[in-house]
Amino acid sequence: MGAYGAPTSHRGVNTMLSSKHFFLLPALLTLVAIILFPLLFTIRVSFSSWDVFQSGLDYIGGKNYGRVFADERFWQSLGRLSLLSLISVSLQYTLGFALALAVWKQVRGGRFLRVLFLIPMMTTPVVMSVIWRTVFHESLGPANDILGMFGIGAVPWLSSATGAFISVLIVEIWQWTPFMFLLLLAGLVSLPREPYLAAAIDGAGTWRTFWQVTFPLMAPITIGALIIRLIEASKIMDTVYVLTSGGPGTATETSSYYIYIRGLRDFQIGYSAALSLVYLVIMIVSLTVIAKLLLRLLVGKVG
Amino acid sequence: MNKFYHILKTLFLFGWSLFVVFPFLWALTTSFKDANAITSGATYIPWVDYEPSTQGWTSLFTTGSQGINIVGPFIDSAAVTLIASLVSLALGTLAAYGLSRFEYRLGFVKNSDITFFFISQRIMPPIVLAIPFFLMLKELGALDTIFGLVLVYVALLLPIAVWVMTDFFAGIPKELDEMAMTDGCSPIGAFFRVILPNSVPGLVVAGMFCLIFGWNDFFFAFTLTFTETQLLPVSIVSLNSSVTPWWSLSAFALISVAPLACVAVIVERYMSRGTMSGAIR
Repeated sequence: MGAYGAPTSHRGVNTMLSSKHFFLLPALLTLVAIILFPLLFTIRVSFSSWDVFQSGLDYIGGKNYGRVFADERFWQSLGRLSLLSLISVSLQYTLGFALALAVWKQVRGGRFLRVLFLIPMMTTPVVMSVIWRTVFHESLGPANDILGMFGIGAVPWLSSATGAFISVLIVEIWQWTPFMFLLLLAGLVSLPREPYLAAAIDGAGTWRTFWQVTFPLMAPITIGALIIRLIEASKIMDTVYVLTSGGPGTATETSSYYIYIRGLRDFQIGYSAALSLVYLVIMIVSLTVIAKLLLRLLVGKVG
Repeated sequence: MNKFYHILKTLFLFGWSLFVVFPFLWALTTSFKDANAITSGATYIPWVDYEPSTQGWTSLFTTGSQGINIVGPFIDSAAVTLIASLVSLALGTLAAYGLSRFEYRLGFVKNSDITFFFISQRIMPPIVLAIPFFLMLKELGALDTIFGLVLVYVALLLPIAVWVMTDFFAGIPKELDEMAMTDGCSPIGAFFRVILPNSVPGLVVAGMFCLIFGWNDFFFAFTLTFTETQLLPVSIVSLNSSVTPWWSLSAFALISVAPLACVAVIVERYMSRGTMSGAIR
């Protein structure tokens, strides 16, 4: 990421300077205008009592934040979100890696399988959730019908707390394992060959070659893939909205969904602004910590 | 032992394939059912299990009280996604090229910080921006319009374009631009005449990611549009909450996921060529 060597003429310096800004400024200004101002505005709103009865920017100090810290429903939604994203992302990673390894070397119909495995991540989450809802329908859906063929009784998929949680988990895994598969397979394809030759000369078997060669070489991609997925998973709300509406009760209510209810359904603008900022800060802090831990765990061990 | 691995692998691939295609097959078969076929429980094979009917599909193209019009939302979705993707790709590519070739400095802010600023926007939960976006578009009179959504989607997609293209340009040797400039091109000329034509693989990958995330967004479309502008994900969800028959719902779903399912073919081609590896690091 260096610069060009020093231009020779004065005129050269000028064109260099103006073209430099021609490249960067449009995008930078667009993003600042569309993201930064709304964010600053949210910060301001979070110190107001803006709601259905009182619209406008008064100043009530940190009252909203005090309410956030006492709001059990919010902290529960955060715990649920952590559980959901940690379980789903680790399963997506494991399955995605296994799938990538399985089609990495020549397999019959490999091309076809690769395309097939990518398709779920291209589909719209809410649209597929509408379909999944019919799949999980307790009396008319195929999920219970197929389980019935194996003699397993009807599972209350969407009407029990555990069932609803598992349903969301299944849909998330179906939708996003392909993303892991894509990143990990792209990584596998570009691995160097020499370490494998060396391992083969050492007489290492499939299992040992994986743990001593493939896995360490894939560490950077592993970290990247896990972080990207954790970021995306922490925002989950589309699927939940369609599949369970956070229910039964609040059994599958994630933080985004809870903030949505407070903000755009109850119209407590000020309070939901405070909620969303606390949520944002927690996300940034915990994802940074997780990234650091992963780096130490995976790269530290290799080095 | 090798044989054991092989059988395990085959079973795993087979099982996963079934899991992947299952909801599509279920939607496909459901889209040809009628009320009787639905309420008699889960059935799978047309003609054997139930008598197929095409009303699920025809209802999507009829207007009026009997029909559900899919054409309008489809056009709106396509317009918003394509315009926003093109704008983000154009702005993002320029910025990424600038960041990979020039040095920017603003106080303590360096190139890497600017790149990070772009990419870090992906961490922002949509809900944090939803309310200010709502008020901002209301102020601009752009609520419930294609223009308003494009504006928001550009903010959503720009980070993706910058991210993919920064890595892509890092892999293009600087000698290439230098050669063009010794031939008398200005930096801007060198970019358009030499670099851009050589960037097609990167542009395709970045463009595809923009299309995927744009087409599949639900939340912003849901909070920022009402009746005038309706995107596919929003209209299927509003169908879902009313008492809409499963057959129309299934046909609707299949049509709205079909365009991007085709994109998977292109993604696979670029992935196996190894073009993707630079883009994802």
